[in-house]
Amino acid sequence: MTLTATHLLALLPLILVCAAAITVMLGIAWRRRHGATVALTVAGLLVGLVALLVLWSRPPVAVPLLVIDGLALLAGATILGASLVCVALAYGYLERYPGPREEFYLLLLCAAAGGLVLATSHHLATLFIGLELLSMPLYGMLAYAFTERRSLEAGIKYFLLSAAASAFLLFGMALIYAQTGRLDLAAVSAVFGERPATWGLAGIGLLLVGLGFKLSIVPFHLWTPDVYDGAPGPAATFLASVSKVAVFVVLLRLVLGTPGFQQEGLRGLLAALALAGMLVGNLLALRQANLKRLLGYSSIAHFGYLLVVLVVGEGLALETSGVYLVTYVVATLAAFGAITLLSSPYGGGDVTALYHYRGLFWRRPWLTAVLTLSLLSLAGIPFTAGFIGKFYVLALGVEAGRWWLVGGILVGSVIGLYYYLRAMVALYLVEPGLRRHDAPSDWAGRAGGLVVLGLAVLIVLLGVYPGPLIEWVAGVEVAAAG
Amino acid sequence: MALIWLILIPFLGGLACWLGERWGEGVPRWIALGSMLLVLLITLGLWWQGDYQWPAGAEADAVPWALEWRAPWIPRLGIAVHLALDGLSLVLVALSALLGVLAVLCSWHEIRRRVGFFHLNLLWILVGVVGVFLAVDLFLFFAFWEMMLVPMYFLIALWGHSSATGFSRIGAATKFFLYTQASGLLMLVAILGLVFAHRAATGELTFSYMALRETPLSGEVAMWLMLGFFLAFAVKLPVVPFHGWLPDAHAQAPTAGSVDLAGILLKTGAYGLLRFVLPLFPEASQAIAPLAMGLGLVGIVYGALLACGQQDIKRFIAYTSISHMGFVLIGIYAGTELALQGVVLLLVAHAFSTSALFILSGQLHERLHTRNLGEMGGLWGRLGSLPGFMLCFIVASLGMPGTLNFVGEFLILFGSFPVAPWTVAIASAGLVLAAIYSLLLMQRVHYGPPRGEARLAALDGREYAMLLGLLALVLGLGLYPQPLLDTAGPAMQEIPRLFDEVAMPSSTAVPPGES
Repeated sequence: MTLTATHLLALLPLILVCAAAITVMLGIAWRRRHGATVALTVAGLLVGLVALLVLWSRPPVAVPLLVIDGLALLAGATILGASLVCVALAYGYLERYPGPREEFYLLLLCAAAGGLVLATSHHLATLFIGLELLSMPLYGMLAYAFTERRSLEAGIKYFLLSAAASAFLLFGMALIYAQTGRLDLAAVSAVFGERPATWGLAGIGLLLVGLGFKLSIVPFHLWTPDVYDGAPGPAATFLASVSKVAVFVVLLRLVLGTPGFQQEGLRGLLAALALAGMLVGNLLALRQANLKRLLGYSSIAHFGYLLVVLVVGEGLALETSGVYLVTYVVATLAAFGAITLLSSPYGGGDVTALYHYRGLFWRRPWLTAVLTLSLLSLAGIPFTAGFIGKFYVLALGVEAGRWWLVGGILVGSVIGLYYYLRAMVALYLVEPGLRRHDAPSDWAGRAGGLVVLGLAVLIVLLGVYPGPLIEWVAGVEVAAAG
Repeated sequence: MALIWLILIPFLGGLACWLGERWGEGVPRWIALGSMLLVLLITLGLWWQGDYQWPAGAEADAVPWALEWRAPWIPRLGIAVHLALDGLSLVLVALSALLGVLAVLCSWHEIRRRVGFFHLNLLWILVGVVGVFLAVDLFLFFAFWEMMLVPMYFLIALWGHSSATGFSRIGAATKFFLYTQASGLLMLVAILGLVFAHRAATGELTFSYMALRETPLSGEVAMWLMLGFFLAFAVKLPVVPFHGWLPDAHAQAPTAGSVDLAGILLKTGAYGLLRFVLPLFPEASQAIAPLAMGLGLVGIVYGALLACGQQDIKRFIAYTSISHMGFVLIGIYAGTELALQGVVLLLVAHAFSTSALFILSGQLHERLHTRNLGEMGGLWGRLGSLPGFMLCFIVASLGMPGTLNFVGEFLILFGSFPVAPWTVAIASAGLVLAAIYSLLLMQRVHYGPPRGEARLAALDGREYAMLLGLLALVLGLGLYPQPLLDTAGPAMQEIPRLFDEVAMPSSTAVPPGES
């Protein structure tokens, strides 16, 4: 087929972000300027976002390897928005970083492009390319503060495990190819039509393992807390938001587009993974005294809740996943944003231990309000965004009559509440003689501060008036595979 | 419009308190007092103007609300901001506003740290509670139900007392939050179940209370959904096996927190049973009525017995609350008009007398710096008029004729007798226990050998006014409860009608409580 203007327009966001990455690279080669690099990055992401919004009302466009439909646009907007937040946070964080600062934005742009590819892919080849384009820069970002032992450890750990997961993924794809002779997502559906489909099914299983690793679904979650903990703030923020959204969207496309996943056996398997995620994630978070690790475990639990969408796979499923992803990303960005701001500018390692946060409210009330709101949102308390997400997942479970999953969500939420409360109340306690960690006194006037305050407002806004978001997400459609 | 202001005023007032702290410690107190008084005045104004009589010859489709306010919220899911007021909610909102004023007043000297944030929490509790009493959209109701936990949590966790031996204040606050949140989530699932059942029957997705009341449900489904609701309200009330959070929360909470807990938050449980459980699931409620009354009985006896053994004065009062709520539970599930009117009166009476006792124990704590009964004794004569007030409220709490508590308990027992004579007989014995623990409390605090000779500070004008006001209300309404009955009564006629409808088709149904 020939590329027409329509196709080019549809691919414009991706093209723009890639162009921004190249421009930033050339810019760095020419002259190192932190401020200018940030400006370029922001401009690239913003233009990409605008291009996405222009595409909004247009019908879905499919090119052989990519499809730009409602789901892709929703995910793309979330990815670019979250990337912008990460850039704003990184600007303050890297300000006094002793090593080179500009490459971080290059890596971030590449990873964002990878996320866009992943969200739009409907072919196993683009799935793999997108995943690697997302992961490779992430290794660099996670280990960016490589003089710090834990950051390096995080990078290497993620690299090794991620490479292993990629190997699984590739092997799975090879098996599917061997069975069906095709590599588009429709091939996955075709597997279920074949008799006997042993190799193809094994391939799908390996595919799920690979994606499950990226989403830190139990039992592939072991890397999560260490990597979250060790990574520099902005990189952890990116990992927790952009990477998760992109991978989940592709998994969603895979499962919803494949009627074979509606078999009771496979659903049972997914349900078991979901339950394990909710319970294990929440239980392991209970005794954490480290805020970043706690958020890591909490993300495991949240993706456990989100798997309910895949188990049900019909009715409100798509709407639920959209709403949940957006609300989760907003809350996570705010939480990590507050942590990053407290650790800014870079001074060797982040502020993560809970006792560092004691009494923060009495020094930085607004920043604490942001962190409190994000924790409440993650816990799913009404009038915050998180409640709308949890409400949707519960509604989905009740509607489909998946009582085990509903029970799991209930138990998980109650356990979760315990540690969110513990973290939250620490912010307000005062005990004398504590080491004081503090954000710079003008934090709220800086880019990162403004963005984080905006996120807090968004949390409340989405919680109090979720109508527009819901209408928006409800209009999202997935182009049929093929 | 007045209804939305009832919620917005404390909300905005709370924010103003937080921001107003920078201009001095007194500013948040006055802002809080002002907004609470404003809420109280609006409710009294509504009371004065409104007509809370049930429409004559009530049709099933007659709108029972005296006042309504509605705005679309999430149209896609059939969720609206729908507030409505009838006699029952009016009484409870007025009660909440009054106790809100008292909560501000009683912490005037007690709270000295972070005054602004304290009053923010105090006012936001009121936001949640008033929202609960007014919301008739189940989604909105649930949102307020959960939301009011957060400020209460902060109130206990940040300004509470940690006892040397027992639980820390954070532990107590967390326990409170987890109990209510866990049961609340079950209610959310039940709400969703009800909504989807409604959609399956009518094809309409809605969270509106009036629409969901018409949902046809099979017996088993209704039972499960009802249990989801019942559990949430039973934890809040609290009904005995689910009461574990109450004594701890009361013991560690600051005085204002205890006043709000006992006076307002417990009432949301009873309100939920009256407003949601019985009208939404009349058959299933009728079916578990004997069980619920049994739990009520257990609560009466258990609370009274455990109260006698307490060393901490606030734990003592907390256990007496459990005992009183046992009566409320019996009255609610008896379902006769008389008993239900008694329930409303007892709710109001209990709010007055128990809050007064908590305020008194707060004042004792300010003067003696202990809440341990073992370290009190012989205080009569050393404290000015405080012991006299305490005697009055203890007498009210044990249900002496002339006080509102007596009218409430009497109506409950009288109204329940035709339905469940044996339950009533045993519950009446609980009144004797009430007399025993009440007098025991009085004896241990104020009589016996004194521990010292020095006179302690007498009540100042603020404390005197609070107690005198409460006493006047307890006595005044006790002697002339008709205004309350007139207001809340019509709203209470609905439930007996539903119960009769259930009983009518099968006349062989065993009257509850006769087993």
